[in-house]
Amino acid sequence: MKLSLSFAVNGALVEAEVSPLQRLSSVLRDELGLTGTKVGCDAGDCGACSVVVDGKVVCACLVPAANLEGAQVRTVEGLSNGALSALQESFLRHGAAQCGICTPGILVSAAALLEQNASPTEDEVKDALGGVLCRCTGYRKIIDAVMDANRRAGVEPGLVKRGEAVGASPIRLDGARKVTGAEVFGADERPADALSVAVVRSPHWHAEFEIGDVDAFVAAHPGVVAVFTAADIPGENRFGVIPPFADQPALAEGRARFRGEAVALIAGERAAIDLLDLGDFPVSWHPLPHALSPSEAKREDFAPLHEGRAGNLLTKGFVECGDPEAALAASHVTASASIETSYVEHAYIEPEAGYAVMEGDTLVIKACTQAPYMDRDDTARILGLPPEKVRIVPLATGGGFGSKLDISLQPLVGLVAMRTGRPAALVYSRGDSMRSTTKRHPASMRATIGADENGHITGMVFEGDFNTGAYASWGPTVANRVPVHASGPYRTPHYRAEGRAIHTNGPISGAFRGFGVPQATIMQETLYDRLAEKLGRDRLQLRIDNAYVDGDRTTCGQRLAGVGIKQCLEALQPGWERALLEAQAANAAGGKIRRGVGVASCWYGCGNTALPNPSTIRVGISPAGRVVLHQGAVDIGQGSNTVVTQICADALGLPLSAFELLCGDTSITPDAGKTSASRQTFISGKAAQKAGQALREKILRFANVSEAAEIGLEDGFLTVREGEALRRIALNDMKPDALGYVFSAQETYDPPTTALDEKGQGVPYAVYGYGAQLVELEVDITLGTVKLLRIVAAHDIGRAINPLLVEGQIEGGIAQGIGLALMEEYVPGRTENLHDYLIPTIGDVPPIETILVEVPDPEGPFGAKGLGEHVLIPTAPAILNAIRHATGIAIGKVPATPSRVLAAIREREGEA
Amino acid sequence: MDYARPTTLEEALELMRSRPWTVLAGGTDFYPALGGGPVKADVLDINSLRELKGFSRSDSHIVIGARMSWSELLEAPLPPVFDMLKQAARDVGSVQIQNVGTVAGNLCNASPAADGVPPLLALDAEVTLTSHAGKRHVPLSRFILGNRKTMREADELVTAIRVPMAACEGRSGFVKLGARRYLVISIAMAAARLVLDSGRVRGVAIAVGSCSAVARRLAGLEAVLAGASPDAVPALVAAYGFPELAPIDDVRGTASYRREAAREIVARALAQAAGEVLGGGIAA
Repeated sequence: MKLSLSFAVNGALVEAEVSPLQRLSSVLRDELGLTGTKVGCDAGDCGACSVVVDGKVVCACLVPAANLEGAQVRTVEGLSNGALSALQESFLRHGAAQCGICTPGILVSAAALLEQNASPTEDEVKDALGGVLCRCTGYRKIIDAVMDANRRAGVEPGLVKRGEAVGASPIRLDGARKVTGAEVFGADERPADALSVAVVRSPHWHAEFEIGDVDAFVAAHPGVVAVFTAADIPGENRFGVIPPFADQPALAEGRARFRGEAVALIAGERAAIDLLDLGDFPVSWHPLPHALSPSEAKREDFAPLHEGRAGNLLTKGFVECGDPEAALAASHVTASASIETSYVEHAYIEPEAGYAVMEGDTLVIKACTQAPYMDRDDTARILGLPPEKVRIVPLATGGGFGSKLDISLQPLVGLVAMRTGRPAALVYSRGDSMRSTTKRHPASMRATIGADENGHITGMVFEGDFNTGAYASWGPTVANRVPVHASGPYRTPHYRAEGRAIHTNGPISGAFRGFGVPQATIMQETLYDRLAEKLGRDRLQLRIDNAYVDGDRTTCGQRLAGVGIKQCLEALQPGWERALLEAQAANAAGGKIRRGVGVASCWYGCGNTALPNPSTIRVGISPAGRVVLHQGAVDIGQGSNTVVTQICADALGLPLSAFELLCGDTSITPDAGKTSASRQTFISGKAAQKAGQALREKILRFANVSEAAEIGLEDGFLTVREGEALRRIALNDMKPDALGYVFSAQETYDPPTTALDEKGQGVPYAVYGYGAQLVELEVDITLGTVKLLRIVAAHDIGRAINPLLVEGQIEGGIAQGIGLALMEEYVPGRTENLHDYLIPTIGDVPPIETILVEVPDPEGPFGAKGLGEHVLIPTAPAILNAIRHATGIAIGKVPATPSRVLAAIREREGEA
Repeated sequence: MDYARPTTLEEALELMRSRPWTVLAGGTDFYPALGGGPVKADVLDINSLRELKGFSRSDSHIVIGARMSWSELLEAPLPPVFDMLKQAARDVGSVQIQNVGTVAGNLCNASPAADGVPPLLALDAEVTLTSHAGKRHVPLSRFILGNRKTMREADELVTAIRVPMAACEGRSGFVKLGARRYLVISIAMAAARLVLDSGRVRGVAIAVGSCSAVARRLAGLEAVLAGASPDAVPALVAAYGFPELAPIDDVRGTASYRREAAREIVARALAQAAGEVLGGGIAA
């Protein structure tokens, strides 16, 4: 049944024929083409679809179309009237939009607040925006933007002078479309004739299955066009981000190893698929024994999930130097503990989405992604195509954080498009996104650290089992990264660390901001507090005394340069002393609320571990006098579009305003690698620097002038000025090259690393970044609740290419660290939605003070180091250390939920 | 699937007489329950029933219409004893949810963690069930039978919630304990109503949610507190055994945690009702 409705959207009358229960979000997006309103959960849990109906902010996913007759609806598209509104401008200036997927819902909610209350307090802003989740920003810049608070703010790119782009904070070059709703994410584009694809997934942890009569199923369901199974896959039905470990089928072959694994595809007309009940799909299941934890999976009576992986050990990483047992035995004090962490879900607000279409004999896939070339190569292999016959065009990615490095729907829509000849579109539901894509590895870790009587670390042993789930994904990376980093940025002369990736029937654990290092750092940094206590030393001073300095050798034997950890820790000193005094004063009176202060550090190597990791950047000058940057480093909100351009601009010697961007598309941008491992500013940035320099040299050579010359672009002329001499080169008179440029350059940069030997010795990374964070909080010792008061973050990023974006990364990383520490625990089968799986809301992130430390790296572009993952590493251990300072308790399993905190308090009282 | 949107209560009740329907009001539980799948049930959309809007008061009752949203409740001029219900309203999901979700729908959804149930239990609320055959008023404590189960018959519609004037005396407090600040399902919550007279507790009503399949009034504690001096209340709460509660372990907290936290938040809700300001339990 259909209703004829007439209502107003953004002041314009619209008429629509819709089903009465169609969600307003669907009416706006699918009927009216207003895709600025985003859908993140379809359950009112995320607020991304917030719109205003008759003056009230609502989740459009919860409003039936039948309610709309005569209504006034306002969406993000109605916020700007030709020009951006003051609020939208403020969002750009404050860097309040990163990936942009939550931005429309936030803006609509904030605009409604400001209409009622032109100068809201921070608490009023939080109350108004508490219903919209953001996973990127950490909310602080959103609060600043709504209040238009006078903090660090960005400038118009056009106002940044030539040669001054690096270190300036131009507002993000791709920002405007994020605040108008014009950004096109994975679900925002769909060819009119596209088939919809539904995915049949395993409801069992581990099961064999047989697929029944699919022809009868198709025949019985009008509008369903075809069913595809593993038997229909033309290529090698096996993928994985690390080719030697590739083990995951695009569609399972007779046996599903985890709950949520795809076993079949149903392709059909959109209306038919929307109404489809997957319950009557012909598949019979035969459950097999399953193991959800490494301890179960390692048992001899549990068969390996993959041939050749005895004990379900995927792989292990190992680093050893000196004689740790002897060093610990001779130590003045030692501290030992074990800690467990939970599955953590990326919870980007955009579930995976995209479509495939055949263009001639080329399969084009447009979807959200962090790694277009990896998507291309894996999809091509699965579908039996040469890589150049697959073109990946990334649509805007509404948050990634590591999970969108792995392919998800790409081979699925690709298969349907190839087999049917029609475009094929797929948008994951929140449940499918959570069930089927990767998580942060749950870790089960043990360690001992020793120190001498002067407070110098003598040695450390560490071992950890990392639950890598049913398939390899990034398990090998976690196993290898952890032993390299588990010492923290501290001199540890005798050391052994082993990280093991163990298969289970749990969700696949993959990449999540830090690749296991955040978990390992919880282990190490909480032990440092115990050591300080045993030594009777100040906790911050212990860290300063042991911090790496230039010339130190790491546990891998690598000699370090450009080390800024000590400077970061020292930058926290004034705040540390103040916070300790305030806590002491606050706690003096006793009571239910106890104040605590904690500190923790991070170090993190940028790029692949001991493996090649190149990026290639191309830049050209067009006959029209524009600088065109082929920038393939996918910007998933972190800002690579802006940062890579800033670096290239200064290397070339032209202003930002001269640049045009061509972003990640495997047919037009060379491979800038994946957006992961905090590598884009460093590696793609360095490639952009080299490309800019190379282009500049070509121009200078052409003009026969020296390095000192200045170049410029004016009205179709390239100008080259040296002293009094000025040369004007008419670009239109020159013969363009095959790519259409009159001058162009392409450069590749691959960081110098070496393979690690059997003891983990070598040069795993060319560049490291460092940081330290200070957390002040209160623990309610009768309820076990934790209230964060303030966080100070000092990060050594070498050179802040764009300080505003750096702050945004720090605040966003801290928010994820807060979640890791206090609330995020993905329980497969139980928390597959955004109301049972909790991520921080705007009310859970305290004020954050950022201190930028700039110790230039000899290798990084303009001295820059990576940052994206570093920023969340210290947060959780600093919080746990502050909880311990407040209460004396040590948490054995994170997150430190109220339940766990109170249990630990009671346990300690029992011991006392 | 069938769909109807009656414009009069009479028409709605006539439809309900014929066969079972899923009732749609604010939609905040209806849509999430679909789990991304299509609507399969026959849906009776009550959003055109004007007579279910708003609230009224008679000599004997304050009546909350079945379509009153949480936001409308917050704006309604209600006696101070409703402050606990208003605090619960502010803690329901988010502004977006409060703007469309209805108080009555919260009762009908019958979640053990329904934010509205403890305060309404403490207000001695009754649920008005109307069918073609007539009307009955059922105490809320009897209306909810268990997790997601109520005593509403298939031909009945909840048309109102009413609170007796006798329960509108005194002041109240509400504490919701959750693991984050907004958009949070409670680990435990407590609502308390207190009437003080000449330095004694003359009336008291206490209810706890998320610590049993259905939120419970604590009749035993109420009996202990009746007639006590306000100063004695904390010690009496501390000594009470909470036999009414039967908490379970789940992802939000353990049973033993809930048992212990319930004691604390009951004490805080009572302190709020007594006029003391104590922090709530939601992590911030």
